[in-house]
Amino acid sequence: MPGLEDLYREIILDHYRTPRNRGELDPPAIKAEGHNPLCGDEITVYLSISGEGDEAVLDDIKIGGQGCSISQSSASMMTQSMKGKTVAENRALARRFKSLMGIEGIEPQAGDDAIDLGDLEALEGVMKFPVRIKCAVLSWNTFLQAVDTGGGTTSTE
Amino acid sequence: MTFDQTAVRKDFPILWREIDDKPLVYLDSGNTSQKPQRVIDAMSHFQEHTYAPINRSSYRLAGEATDAYEKGRVAVARLINAPSVDEVVFTKNATEAMNLIAQAWGRANLGEGDVVVLTEMEHHANIVPWLMLVQERKIQIRWVPLTADGQLDLTNLDNLLDGAKVFSFTAMSNVLGTITPIAMLCERAKAAGALSIVDACQFVPHNVTDVQSWGADLVAFSSHKMCGPSGIGMLWGRMEILDAMPPFLGGGNMIDTVTFDSFTTAPVPMKFEAGTPPIIEAVGLAAAVEYLEEIGMANIRQHEMELSRYTLDTLKGRFGDDITIYGPDDVQLRGGVFSFAFRDLHPHDVSQVLDERNVCVRAGHHCAKPLMKTLGVGATTRASIYLYNDTADIDALADGLENASDIFGL
Repeated sequence: MPGLEDLYREIILDHYRTPRNRGELDPPAIKAEGHNPLCGDEITVYLSISGEGDEAVLDDIKIGGQGCSISQSSASMMTQSMKGKTVAENRALARRFKSLMGIEGIEPQAGDDAIDLGDLEALEGVMKFPVRIKCAVLSWNTFLQAVDTGGGTTSTE
Repeated sequence: MTFDQTAVRKDFPILWREIDDKPLVYLDSGNTSQKPQRVIDAMSHFQEHTYAPINRSSYRLAGEATDAYEKGRVAVARLINAPSVDEVVFTKNATEAMNLIAQAWGRANLGEGDVVVLTEMEHHANIVPWLMLVQERKIQIRWVPLTADGQLDLTNLDNLLDGAKVFSFTAMSNVLGTITPIAMLCERAKAAGALSIVDACQFVPHNVTDVQSWGADLVAFSSHKMCGPSGIGMLWGRMEILDAMPPFLGGGNMIDTVTFDSFTTAPVPMKFEAGTPPIIEAVGLAAAVEYLEEIGMANIRQHEMELSRYTLDTLKGRFGDDITIYGPDDVQLRGGVFSFAFRDLHPHDVSQVLDERNVCVRAGHHCAKPLMKTLGVGATTRASIYLYNDTADIDALADGLENASDIFGL
């Protein structure tokens, strides 16, 4: 069995203990909910976006809900990486991260390989614990749900 | 000790297994139980010597196979003190038995505005089949609330049962461990003119069961939680109720005759056993029942009460206010499932750290999301014991929790 140190790296525990960008945003911010029916984890992503289309900018992002250290730290790191970037850049980041997690069916686009995941690379160890991959991608799918449909609910199943 | 615990442990080959050179600490029997060698052997032997279709072919081998299948029914009837073997219906699992009740009895007897009473500690298997009838038939559900220590709050029960058609409740909560006052609840249902349905999945594997003394109308439970194979569940019901119910699934085995226009049904229990049933599983189940009977259900209950006391005392003694164990503290009122919150750690993380020491527990909502809402949590960690567990397993759990604290620096 891979060691727990592969999973619970210090940077992950730091984001878990001190999550960044926790809270809510009032309307007209976009709100989307994601849940994992297997474990009952629920996450809410709030997005404040200015502009139109892919070049719209993510001015603010907040995370609500509850979850394990992996889902919470992934969400926290996601907000840090996404804030201030365009929707197109953040979609690319989500593609890159989901590829890192071994999610199938992601079609990489030109330039994806050059994206620097920064702290998020620490979640690479999750790959050795397949049951936990859903935890790591929950917030990302919820983000995509928000920008694709303007809100609603998504599920890991 | 009420039986030779060391010998019992040896009966379960999977418990000899080591992962990473460490022994397996299986504390997830509330989820599903492990199988003794005797059950494994019975199923293998049956397939090597006796396997054939049941109830339909006239050669001798098929007769032997039919007899072996029916021995499973006899064993189950004996285990729960059913007045008649024919009142035991085999299903795919207990969930299917609950759906059978809701669909077959419910469709014949429930319409718009009819009331079904459930409790807040039910498993989804005793919730969703009724919610399906809320959607299809506009029935209403009333909920029996819980006390602070996780027992049923029966203060208002007569009002809740007033005018109700059904009272369906668990005999033992799969989350809280709470054992409900089954006979009294059946009596109150009867007094109110409601059908009593008991979800006995967690109860039957661990206790002496007597459906006659309960006075229940319908009871559902499963094989895989009582040392038997997965793939077979049981519905017991009073014959007059089963007899009056329409069939659930249609097909072979459940008919008396079929024409181009219509059909008539076989008598109970075959009426509810459409298609080829779990034949090999019924043989394994018979072996499991015989195994449990040899040890003695009262002895198993005694062992689990002692180990439950040890579990509660160990966890509360070592972790004090850092652990919240849900459900009653009195082991007379509970079985050996222990759902808990540990410090601020998420159950997934607790389970992950325990897994490094081969301690197998369940983390999540335990198919009881409404109960999680009542408890005010999203998920819990749950350790559950059976006859093969001992104090060393509980010590391993407690040591693992200590380790979880260290890793997360809490």
